[in-house]
Amino acid sequence: MIKTVYPKGKLVAKTGNEVMAEAMRQIEPDVVAAYPITPATEIVQIFSQFVADGIVKSEYVAVESEHSAMSATIAASAAGARAMTGTSSQGLSLMWEMLYIASGLRLPIVMAEVNRAISAPINIHGDQSDTMGARDAGWIQIYSENSQEAYDNMIQATKIAEKAKLPVLVTTDGFIISHCMEVVETYPDEDVKKFIGEYKPERYLLDVKNPYTLGSIDLQDYYFEHRWQLAQAMRDAKNTILEVAKEFENTFGRKYDMYEKFMMDDAEIAIVVIGSTAGTAKVVIKELREKGIKAGLIKIRVFRPFPAEMIAKDLANVKAVAVMDRSDSCSGTYAPVYSDVVAALYAQGVTGPKVVNYVYGLGGREINTEHIASIYDTLGKIASGAQKAFTEIEYVNVRIK
Amino acid sequence: MSAKMIEVRWHGRGGQGAKTAALLFAEAVLATGKYIQAFPEYGPERMGAPVQSFNRISEDPITIHSGITNPQYVVILDPSLMDCVDVTDGIGTTGKVIVNTTFSAEEIAKQLMVDKSQVYVVNASHIAVETIGKNIPNTPMLGALVKVIGNLDISGVLEDTKTKLTAKFRHKPEVIDGNLASIKRAYDEVQSA
Repeated sequence: MIKTVYPKGKLVAKTGNEVMAEAMRQIEPDVVAAYPITPATEIVQIFSQFVADGIVKSEYVAVESEHSAMSATIAASAAGARAMTGTSSQGLSLMWEMLYIASGLRLPIVMAEVNRAISAPINIHGDQSDTMGARDAGWIQIYSENSQEAYDNMIQATKIAEKAKLPVLVTTDGFIISHCMEVVETYPDEDVKKFIGEYKPERYLLDVKNPYTLGSIDLQDYYFEHRWQLAQAMRDAKNTILEVAKEFENTFGRKYDMYEKFMMDDAEIAIVVIGSTAGTAKVVIKELREKGIKAGLIKIRVFRPFPAEMIAKDLANVKAVAVMDRSDSCSGTYAPVYSDVVAALYAQGVTGPKVVNYVYGLGGREINTEHIASIYDTLGKIASGAQKAFTEIEYVNVRIK
Repeated sequence: MSAKMIEVRWHGRGGQGAKTAALLFAEAVLATGKYIQAFPEYGPERMGAPVQSFNRISEDPITIHSGITNPQYVVILDPSLMDCVDVTDGIGTTGKVIVNTTFSAEEIAKQLMVDKSQVYVVNASHIAVETIGKNIPNTPMLGALVKVIGNLDISGVLEDTKTKLTAKFRHKPEVIDGNLASIKRAYDEVQSA
């Protein structure tokens, strides 16, 4: 029998999109500006229904493109409103220019994002190419393994954004989570509202008694300092994210960190992965553990800021590591998560583990327990020295040649 | 997949409610205290095109997020799909098929080339017409599935479905009663060889 973690919690069956909309209803931002796109459409569709039905007092701005959606969200946030949006894939791509402006102006916008492949060829299914491409945009990036995490992450994101003065995007894997109905524990409206608190911006444009300039030109004299401040804010955000996670755990009982460690204490081989595939990998790990194979997993929850020092420490004693990327940089070398993990290890002086890179699941390509078991099998051979660690990306479940 | 997990695949045609059936089934099973998943297969969305949807049910939290390839139960909303879709794919020698049909379990077993012990039949379209007034076989098939799985509580399922439908159709009480009656009838009438 399923039980709630939070005594006042309620168990509901909802899809990833439905819980993200539910979190937005409870957060009740002042403004939501959005343009619908598959597979994120339902999030803003459900939310706009809440607005139309008078369930929330939020202002909903139906815009003509995602560029305008982000522009309107930026304007609302700069004016002093708690502002949110939602998008996916090509929509995020069209926001590109404005993403950097949101972070550069240090606006605490929260975005519900559903990970989807990037065109061309056109594809509506789940991979992480969209947000991985936005990894240098100065947005905090929080990924969710399942609907429960999507809901909890949205609530925490609101608080993180406002404390860190940085925009935050929270993602789910397209269709795999966005359209999968699962059991989710939701918390009472008043408890969520109490947790996020009232938004009191330090400075805002509609504060006519304290006028200030936002978005002015900034040349050789100050631009660098402001960009340094942005980079520093991202470094400082690690502590903010952990503080909010602690507060969330103390309030609602669910524990969050920069990443989740699964069976890592004595792990000899490990996978590093982001999103829903972590759940599938956990099933494989339990089976391997029954056979005495010391397999573990690191599921990155917060990719920006990247928890480099901590990950290096946790991987230091592992013999072989596979970093699984659900996007490909087309960089001629490695995929994004691998590059960050390896840089973290090297910078921390961790040179023991053999680290290999897999790219999987592009365009929603199936990734199942057999694929993951085969990766652990290869890691076992690399760990024992029976196989040499490969130095080029290995592609999972793809027809090459 | 853990031994205790139940996996279900629904076959229907676009517009027949295969996705809705999987969602309703999952919600109803959650109400009986189990962990659930329900997800559709997304392909071209056309009225009448073959579509699939899926369920997982477990006493333990479900973390797996890959597709379902070896379901223990397959529910077929439209019998014409048996001519054009490999509906028994992955069911092996123990998986069960529940078909909305006027034919007998023996006849269907012969057509699908599986053992007759694997086949269950119910005339869900007829039940739907008589109880709901329209050929919407998805809700009665839900009742048939509950019966065939065996260890699920039909009264809990009916209770939850009633709550859901009451919220959705509060101005049309006849829809609620009809749907509930269809679930109960298919539960009672589903037959094996």
